[in-house]
Amino acid sequence: MKAKIYISYKEGILDPQGQTVNHALDSIGIKKIHSVRMGKYIEMEFNGISKDKAGEIADESCRKLLANPNTETYSFEIVEE
Amino acid sequence: MKAAVIVFPGSNCDHDAYHVFRHILDVSVDFVWHKEKEVGKYDLILIPGGFSYGDYLRTGAIARFSPVMESVIVEAKKGKPVFGICNGFQILIESGLLPGSLIINEHVRFLSQNVTLEVENSDSMYTKSLMKGQKLTMPIAHKQGNFIADEETLNQIEGEGQVAFRYTDSEDGNPNGSMNRIAGILNNDKNVLGMMPHPERAAESLLGSQDGLQIFTSILGTA
Repeated sequence: MKAKIYISYKEGILDPQGQTVNHALDSIGIKKIHSVRMGKYIEMEFNGISKDKAGEIADESCRKLLANPNTETYSFEIVEE
Repeated sequence: MKAAVIVFPGSNCDHDAYHVFRHILDVSVDFVWHKEKEVGKYDLILIPGGFSYGDYLRTGAIARFSPVMESVIVEAKKGKPVFGICNGFQILIESGLLPGSLIINEHVRFLSQNVTLEVENSDSMYTKSLMKGQKLTMPIAHKQGNFIADEETLNQIEGEGQVAFRYTDSEDGNPNGSMNRIAGILNNDKNVLGMMPHPERAAESLLGSQDGLQIFTSILGTA
């Protein structure tokens, strides 16, 4: 079982990396992109625990370490392999 | 007076800070490895610059959970001086001792250059030998020093006199894009200071500036 965790900047938080990537895309001719926001993708693997327990662990990990509550939001999905 | 310089894996300004205490100011100082659990015997705790844990995840995010930080937080809450420089500032923010966040610089570059700071609050233990508006020159060397905070937090920081230093109000005065040109902030009780610029690298004339030394002499009461 896996947790797929997505961490992104909150709306309204400036994302200089996303802006730079957007400019780069524009400069190589890829147009019509309104904005680019960059974030993090984290995978976590579990063995021998329930889906609910995996969700609890992923949520606690995000709250305590993986995301900065001041600037970031997180979401995750638990997938069975 | 006994000072502690906390050392994390990846700290690289620890020796600079130690040098200022020991060789310039003749103050007793120890390196304290991050696995130590107790810093209560020290009168001043300095968290140095560097790249603790390789800046993995977010700057300061992993160092914040090093064993020593529990005791640093306890001592800070008792009112002991805790001073974070650069990565030390990032760690103090991650540990919740200072408000706001430090995100990637506005122009997404690592900046290594001298900056001019203005003293905003000259009443704190770190700035009492300085004057409001006094200009100080010292280097910055960081990629994540762009200070941001939500409106409520920013109003509180400004309203409570928690801004210690600002970058100057000039065209190239705020190189990382920080809100309100904030370069260094105090906690509400004014015993914790975090700043992105490096006063320990501007503490003797041989290195081009002695302006940073005045922050150290303020804390030590030897100004």
